[in-house]
Amino acid sequence: MTKRPLAAVALAAALAVGAAACGGTTKNSSSGDDTKGAAAGGATANPNAPLKKGLKLAFLPKQVNNPYETIVDNAGIEGAKEFGGTAKEVGPSDASASSQISYINTLIQQRMDSILIAANDPNAVCGPLKQARSRKIKVVAYDSDASKDCRDVFINQASSEEIGRSEIKLMSELIGGKGKIAILSATANATNQNTWIGFMKDELKKPEYSGIQLVKVAYGDDDDQKSFQQTQGLLQAYPDLKGIIAPTTVGIAAAARYIDGSKYKGKVAVSGLGTPNQMRKFVKDGTVAKFELWDPKNLGYLASYAAAALASGQITGAEGEKFKAGKLGERTIGKDGEVILGPPTVFDKNNIDNYNF
Amino acid sequence: MAPEAPAKVPAVRPRVEGPGPLHRFVRWDVIVTALLIVVFLGGAFGTSDFATSDNLSFALDDLSEIALIALPMTLLVVAAEVDLSVASVLGLCSALFGALWDAGWAIEMIVPFLLVVGVVAGLINGLLVTRLGLPSLAVTIGTMTLYRGLAYVVLGTKAVAEFPQNYADLATKTVPGTPIPYPFALFILLAVVTAIVLHATGLGRALFAIGAQEEAAFFAGIRVKRIKLLLFVVSGIVAAFAGAVYTLRYGSARADNGLGLELAVIASVLLGGVDFDGGKGTLGGVVAGVLLIGLLRNLLMLRDVATEIQSIVTGLLLIVSVLTPRIAALVRQTRRHHRGTTPAASS
Repeated sequence: MTKRPLAAVALAAALAVGAAACGGTTKNSSSGDDTKGAAAGGATANPNAPLKKGLKLAFLPKQVNNPYETIVDNAGIEGAKEFGGTAKEVGPSDASASSQISYINTLIQQRMDSILIAANDPNAVCGPLKQARSRKIKVVAYDSDASKDCRDVFINQASSEEIGRSEIKLMSELIGGKGKIAILSATANATNQNTWIGFMKDELKKPEYSGIQLVKVAYGDDDDQKSFQQTQGLLQAYPDLKGIIAPTTVGIAAAARYIDGSKYKGKVAVSGLGTPNQMRKFVKDGTVAKFELWDPKNLGYLASYAAAALASGQITGAEGEKFKAGKLGERTIGKDGEVILGPPTVFDKNNIDNYNF
Repeated sequence: MAPEAPAKVPAVRPRVEGPGPLHRFVRWDVIVTALLIVVFLGGAFGTSDFATSDNLSFALDDLSEIALIALPMTLLVVAAEVDLSVASVLGLCSALFGALWDAGWAIEMIVPFLLVVGVVAGLINGLLVTRLGLPSLAVTIGTMTLYRGLAYVVLGTKAVAEFPQNYADLATKTVPGTPIPYPFALFILLAVVTAIVLHATGLGRALFAIGAQEEAAFFAGIRVKRIKLLLFVVSGIVAAFAGAVYTLRYGSARADNGLGLELAVIASVLLGGVDFDGGKGTLGGVVAGVLLIGLLRNLLMLRDVATEIQSIVTGLLLIVSVLTPRIAALVRQTRRHHRGTTPAASS
């Protein structure tokens, strides 16, 4: 063995740096490259084409065993039966981008007609999704978008702007328009949460919310225990906190559970996005007064129909195209291939018992 | 982890771990290789989409980072050490990659810089272990958290994307005419080098000696500390390089990249039959272990087996791999006791 292995390693590294110092591929030099991939170029929509029978759809949620995603996907799987297709749900047990990649690759091998994905990272899933599209697999993003050029359409649960702004309005009502608030989000890179938070911050700039101060955005990574601890941490750091907005179903339940069992019960308002079944207890015992959500069943259902319409050639994902989504009626594709589900529903103790999901 | 205290060693009851005739009983690496072949053939005949070159290249590409890092990890574990900070070094380097790319650095500059970061990260681990005599398990749990923290300092919670296509291709495309992606081809090359080092050089023999009995190795003139330091540095470099591969492969630089990857690496190494107490193992076993975990996972996914079941299968396999040699050793010992009270080792 060498006498001075470390010195050798250091020298080699130094040489490598030196050798590389001259020129190379930088962000600016490569920004021109065109990676549009398999865009829908050439394909034309035939709005009168019948939905094909026997379509194979696969739902790839952010993670399996997330109660919310399960509801969405199951509704989509049910919806597929209406038009004679089969659908399944597969996915990783952790909400990380890299684990979704292997599933996309597997679904390509299984020659699905369409992959429906709630992207954990809009860019990381892009490469494999482009591969899928180049093999005539239609890609529908739902719940959390992938980069625009990597999917055919995105089913937006509600306009992001509407959700973000209404969250602030709701919280302002709950705390009387004054005090410190915090946001408990999912992962730091979650596309939809970050968009909503962007609109929340924008809404807070309006003069009517001048009494409200957003002190921190915490990340519970859509993990129950971590979200619980983050809530605890928020209240330790800001004992005079008035409210927590958790725009994620895992986060809001964990936050409510912590507040429920702490001395802050009744003093700190919890709101955000949650499911009625998960939040019923906290609404009834007064920990949570109001929260919002769209109907996740309709989201999965609409995604299923969009996938079928794409795979049957009724639509290509271009703005202005229309398709029929079963019991939801006709939908139109908007800008950037987005299809909007509708406005969110506010749940409180008066109406929560009307919902079971 | 720690070498046996010398006080225990004296002639009263010599350990019977030596390469006796019964040693061959426990060739776990052979069993793993056999299992790998069974899984592959089972997949090839039972699942039509499995043995296609497309699918295999996906499956191998998925293993890139785990496979690469498993090589230095094998050397470490053979020498009765471990490096739990590898995934955090990967994450730190991925974050640095993104930040530097955003700042306008050239990729040809960034990658060598990352390797230097890997050297520094490995040096910190190695110096803490060898100079201060701290157990590597504790040290690298600490640096695992530290390096991951630094990754968040570097890139915060944002993600950097849009890397040049030619480099992304290098991380995902296959060597022309084969189903082997470039990173995996590199792994094969490095695996051969590592196998030669471990099984055919003095350094390799020294690693086994250190792992089996550190004190004895030291008194036999092996420069234990220097070798261990080198191992940690190599582990850092490889993890740093894996960070670059990971970033380009997913086209997304993030501070949380590779979270938890160290466990997958160690699982592969243990599954490959390397003894966590050091002194035993083969590189062939580890390569088989890496492939077995990867292909099994791919196969289960193709067959739509639920994620939970996948984890259970991998977990059970791992427990069996750790248990089997122990049970075999136990059986050996009882037999020896039955045979007579001669305490001496055979031969």
